[in-house]
Amino acid sequence: MSQPRRIHDIAHARAGDKGNTSNVSVWAYDPKDYPLLKQQLTADRIKKAFPKLFTGAVTRYEMDDLHGLNFVLLDALEGGVNTSLNLDSHGKSFSYLILGLPIEA
Amino acid sequence: MRSDTIRLGCGAGFSSDRLGPAVDLAQRGALDYLVFECLGERTMAFGHRDRMLDPARGYNPQLRARMRGVLAHCHANGTKIITNMGVANPRAAALLTVDIARELGLSGLRVACVEGDDVTHLIGPDTEFMDHPGAVKDVGLRMVGANVYLGVEALLPALQAGADVVIAGRIADPALFLSPLVHRFGWALDDWTALGRGTLAGHLMECGMQVTGGYFADPGFKDVPRLADCGFPIAEVQPDGSFVITKLDDTGGCVTPATVKEQLLYEVHDPAAYLTPDVTANFRGVSVAEVGRDRVRVSGADGSARPDKLKVTIGFDGGFLGEGGVSYAGPNARARAELAADVVRERLTRINQLGGDLRVDLIGLNSLHQTAEVPMSDSADVRLHVALRSTDRDDIDTMLWEVESLLCCGPAGGGGYRGQVTPCVVTHSALIARDQVSPSFEVFVA
Repeated sequence: MSQPRRIHDIAHARAGDKGNTSNVSVWAYDPKDYPLLKQQLTADRIKKAFPKLFTGAVTRYEMDDLHGLNFVLLDALEGGVNTSLNLDSHGKSFSYLILGLPIEA
Repeated sequence: MRSDTIRLGCGAGFSSDRLGPAVDLAQRGALDYLVFECLGERTMAFGHRDRMLDPARGYNPQLRARMRGVLAHCHANGTKIITNMGVANPRAAALLTVDIARELGLSGLRVACVEGDDVTHLIGPDTEFMDHPGAVKDVGLRMVGANVYLGVEALLPALQAGADVVIAGRIADPALFLSPLVHRFGWALDDWTALGRGTLAGHLMECGMQVTGGYFADPGFKDVPRLADCGFPIAEVQPDGSFVITKLDDTGGCVTPATVKEQLLYEVHDPAAYLTPDVTANFRGVSVAEVGRDRVRVSGADGSARPDKLKVTIGFDGGFLGEGGVSYAGPNARARAELAADVVRERLTRINQLGGDLRVDLIGLNSLHQTAEVPMSDSADVRLHVALRSTDRDDIDTMLWEVESLLCCGPAGGGGYRGQVTPCVVTHSALIARDQVSPSFEVFVA
C-alpha cells in the first residue's frame, strides 16, 4: 500500500514575506504524520533542494503541540518586493515549492 | 446590554480588500469594533507620493467607498471604527469622513485623527538601516517619507475621548485590534500576558479572510465552501485575552484549526518572539480547538517586555517597473518562446545598451521558480514576460517597444502583446528611540 508521496499529501503550508526574508509554515494534516515531517523536512534539506533560490541561512522553528514547522529563509526574495523582478515578488508560491518535495514513508 | 465579551470584526486586511463583506459585518456582525487594516510598507510610500502631488490626498483611495458603505450601519449598531486608512494624511481622511457622516445625516458623529507617526524630519542622510548595512545616503533614490510604527498608546487617548471613528496612519497592525481590548478591559500596559494574547487576536484578524478561508483553498486537499462569498472574520475576546475566531453564518469560507494555524505563523519568524511596539508576544504555547462550526477557540499566548526601540519604515521613489509580454502556443512553442527571449535580451543589452535590472521569464515553463532547480514543464502555451525596473522612464518605454516589435520581427506565431508601466517605491527600515516620538489626536464632530 505504500506509494510515492510528496509532502503535499500529508501537510499544508503558507508563505509570508518581510523585506528580503520569507517564512513558510508547514503543518501536518494528521498528527501521526508530524514525526515523519519533522524528521524529513529539515532546514538543511530545504536549502539543499533549492540552492540557487534559498541562498541565505534557513532556520527551522518547531511547533510540536500544533504539529507544524516554521522555516525562515533569509535573502530568499531577490531583494524583496521592492526590487525583485520575479512575477511572484512576495515569494507566495514558495509554500507549494516546498510541498512538492518527495517524502518517504 | 453587552456582555463581558468584546466582538471585533475585520473589515479589510489590505488596502484593496473587498467592501461587501465589510458592510455585512457592519450590518449584521453585532460588533463592538470594526477594524480596517489597509496599510503595507509600500502602500505608505505611495500615500506620501499622492500627498506630494496633492496636499489634500495621501489617504486610502477606498476610504470614501468604505465609509459610505459602513458608517450608517456602525452608527445604528453602536459599532466603533478603527483604521489606518489615514495612510500619509490621517487629518484629511478624518475631515473627509466627517463630510460623509454629514451627507448621511449622522450629526454628532465623532471622528478622531491620530498623528505623530510621520517622522520624516528625524531621518537624515546618515540614518542607518536596521536589517542590513547601509544608510539613507547609499540608496540613491529620493526619500518620500518615513513613518514609525506606533502602538496602543497612540490610539488609547482617542478611544478614551469617546471617538466613534479613529483614523490613524502607521500603527502596528495588531495594535489596531489590541487597543480597544486594552481600553475596554482596562489591561495595564505592562500586563505582558494580556497584551501578548490580545496581540495574537490582532495578528490572526489583521489579514482579513486569510483566517476565514482566503489564501487557503487547495481543491481536493483543502476545500473551502463558497469561496466567492467568503466572509471577513470576527473575534469574540474574553477578559483573560482568550478568544474565538468565527464569521457570519451565512457567508462563505470556513474557520477551522487549519486556517487558524496557517495564519498563526503568517509573516512570523521566531514564534516565541513576535515583536510589536507594545509587547514581545510569544505564540509558542498556543492551543487551537474547534468549538463549533466555523468557531475556533485560541488560547495560551503569552508575552514579555516590549522592545526598547521603535521601527521606522523609510520610503523612496523607486521609479518604474515595466512589463511586456508575447505568447506562443502549439508545436515547438517552447523553442520559439526561448528564441524570442534570446532576441529580446540581445536587443536590449547589445543594441539599446539599457541599464537597470532586466529579467526575462517564460510563463508556463518555470517563471516563478526560475532560480530553483525544478524540472521545467513542457507546455504548449508559453508566454514571454520581460520585466525592467528603472528610474528612467525612457528605458522602460524602449523595453516595451522592443517586446512589441517581436510581433513582426520575432519568431513565428507570436501574439497577444500587452505592456504596462507601474510606479515603484523602495522601502528600508531603521530604529529610533521611543522618546523621539509623541503621538497626538484631534476629534472632529460631524
